[in-house]
Amino acid sequence: MSVTITSLSERIRIPETADSPLDTQEYFINMGPQHPATHGVLRLMLKLNGETVQEVIPVLGYIHRGIEKIGESVNYRQFVHLTDRMDYLSAMMNNWVVAMVVEKATKTELNDRIQYVRTILAELERIQSHMLWWGVLGMDLGAFTPFLYGFRDREIITDIFEETVGCRLTMNFIQPGGLMADIHPNFVKRVKEAMTYVKPKIDEYEELLSGNVILQERTRNIGILPADEAISLGVTGPPLRASGVPYDLRKVEPYGVYDKVEFRTAVGTVGDCWDRYWVRVEEMRQSVKIVEQLIDNIPEGKTMLMKPAKKIIIPKGVFYSNLETARGILGILIASDGVSDKPVRIHMRSPNYNNLWAVDRISRGSRVGDLVANVSSLDLVVPDIDR
Amino acid sequence: MRLLVQKTFEAVTFSDRANALLSDNFWLAAGFILLALITTVAFISILGLSLVYVERKIAAHFQCRLGPMRVGWHGILQTIADAIKLLLKEDIVPERADRILFFMAPVLAILATVLALMVIPLSPSLQVVDLNIGIVFIAAVSGIGVLGILLGGWSSNNKWSLLGAMRAGAQFVSYEISVTLSLLVAVLFAGSLQLSEIVQSQAAGWWIWRGHAAGLVAFIIFCIASTAELNRTPFDLPEAESELTGGFHTEYSGLRFSFFFLSEFINMFIVAALAATLFLGGWMPFHIGGLDSFNAVMDLIPPGLWFAGKTAFIIFLIMWVRWTFPRLRVDQLMRLEWKFLLPLSFANLILAACVILTEAYFFA
Repeated sequence: MSVTITSLSERIRIPETADSPLDTQEYFINMGPQHPATHGVLRLMLKLNGETVQEVIPVLGYIHRGIEKIGESVNYRQFVHLTDRMDYLSAMMNNWVVAMVVEKATKTELNDRIQYVRTILAELERIQSHMLWWGVLGMDLGAFTPFLYGFRDREIITDIFEETVGCRLTMNFIQPGGLMADIHPNFVKRVKEAMTYVKPKIDEYEELLSGNVILQERTRNIGILPADEAISLGVTGPPLRASGVPYDLRKVEPYGVYDKVEFRTAVGTVGDCWDRYWVRVEEMRQSVKIVEQLIDNIPEGKTMLMKPAKKIIIPKGVFYSNLETARGILGILIASDGVSDKPVRIHMRSPNYNNLWAVDRISRGSRVGDLVANVSSLDLVVPDIDR
Repeated sequence: MRLLVQKTFEAVTFSDRANALLSDNFWLAAGFILLALITTVAFISILGLSLVYVERKIAAHFQCRLGPMRVGWHGILQTIADAIKLLLKEDIVPERADRILFFMAPVLAILATVLALMVIPLSPSLQVVDLNIGIVFIAAVSGIGVLGILLGGWSSNNKWSLLGAMRAGAQFVSYEISVTLSLLVAVLFAGSLQLSEIVQSQAAGWWIWRGHAAGLVAFIIFCIASTAELNRTPFDLPEAESELTGGFHTEYSGLRFSFFFLSEFINMFIVAALAATLFLGGWMPFHIGGLDSFNAVMDLIPPGLWFAGKTAFIIFLIMWVRWTFPRLRVDQLMRLEWKFLLPLSFANLILAACVILTEAYFFA
């Protein structure tokens, strides 16, 4: 496979001798970096013929902060802070993946309390992330009401985070060697309340949006991503499962205490927007199930196994860990020289970056409205793409 | 003088009154015309402000929130504050816009609205002008509004606006056919194009029930197609905030934007008022044949209130739909009109003709 590198200005130039009838002309239009449907500063150059999308060229870098490069000059505990700012809707999972790779390298065995709390927090995070996505999908398709419903219910979960973690968005709670602090005494009670609140709300979502004929028209058979192409593009998470590949790291390589809980992986059949929608709604239900199984059985134990004042020095070598965030597989690769408490190189494999490239594949030949639905159904978080 | 008073009281509309007085006293006639103008302008502004407030409150309650609460009692002055803000905003014209068309577009949009409002009978004694071709006039005038939107999108020199304007053009031209066909059903039933006579013809029963299925279907088609004409969700493709970033009015700000905005809300009132007039009996009270005491009580409610109530109900329906449904896609929109609504409208028109031929009305 060869890769040809061209500049953007070259790619968007329409040749003067374009072979098209006089009355029609293909044109390029700039969607973003400020556009309500790109959820941040994603810029898509669209090649349109009337309303039909011919090509989508994602242009990246508008929120690039060099998180990986900064990571080389801070130690592992400090690096956890930066990961919150990548995929801010899966902050807990981003923290966890750093903790996971450090613990793997230093061969730290964690006790059950830490694992249970981490798993519960990650699943809560997944629920609130999917809730937000659900609302935003509604808004992208023109229904504003779901947006506020999603935010209303997400608030319940962020309140729990606020109580235990102290933060609502940038958690920085899961640290190498354990947790930043023990859970709040109210945590168990409030999580149980939240779960009894959330379950009927997911049914309400279906009444409001899933059964709606316009939503089905707008999503069914739109943006079909076949399984083989999803795999070759490196698409992970709900979009991959919607294409019919039952690949969920929580099942395939269980981390945390996912091997102790019972849950099912939602898998689509067609790989269209509707499947991606359905997989996420079902994942919310499964996450509720996981939390309910764990919340009563949190064992006692210490919540931090590494001494906070002590430097973490990883043995020489290259270490990789990955886990399943709300958007797909987040991997981290750390190269250490075995002397310094800072890594030589950090690389993150972020799910959104790979999922983004499916946009062009699934949007060609569809309308601008479908493109918006496609981008929304992939649930892109732009800071995670640029890092 | 007494004769003058009598003449003005016999007449119903502002224009009739002015006409009656013209031969006797020119200035009084001119006064009536002036009164009509002032009333219309005041009516439009107050209606616009209150509809925006109502829409925000209804939307808020659909979305489990309170809506405007801070400015005045329950935020009642919020829209006034917003209006002042809009008026004081800088008027931005894109550098390479077609300036003349850019200035003309919002004026055309509001002009169509004002003209259509003129012929609607708000109550038996409140109407600006009672044209004998009222329905044709409305169908013709609402076309001017499309022109405003098309020009606005074209002259902004913005690709998104152009896309929105093209969508608007296709959408309005298509859905106007269904609107007109369902208007024709009411015209067939009433046997008149004059709006006041259409209302009078419903004394025995509103066309929505009296006209069998034809009346009901025409009412539903009218509501759907008019929502598309209003470009509100689920047919808000010309604006499509999440796709086209505002569509045809992306480049408009301040007063010019508020013209588009106002005309949209007044158009909603006009559509609701038309639906009420043609199918729900206009200012006619609700009567049930045989129940004389009930009918007498209904007659006590002033006709203006009946009209306002029916209109408010339809406005609420339109808002309900807006805050519930997602948006259709361009091709689905066209499919709905050309493959579904249009054949149905034609079939319905023929059905209505059959009902009239056989005189198979309910409550005949």
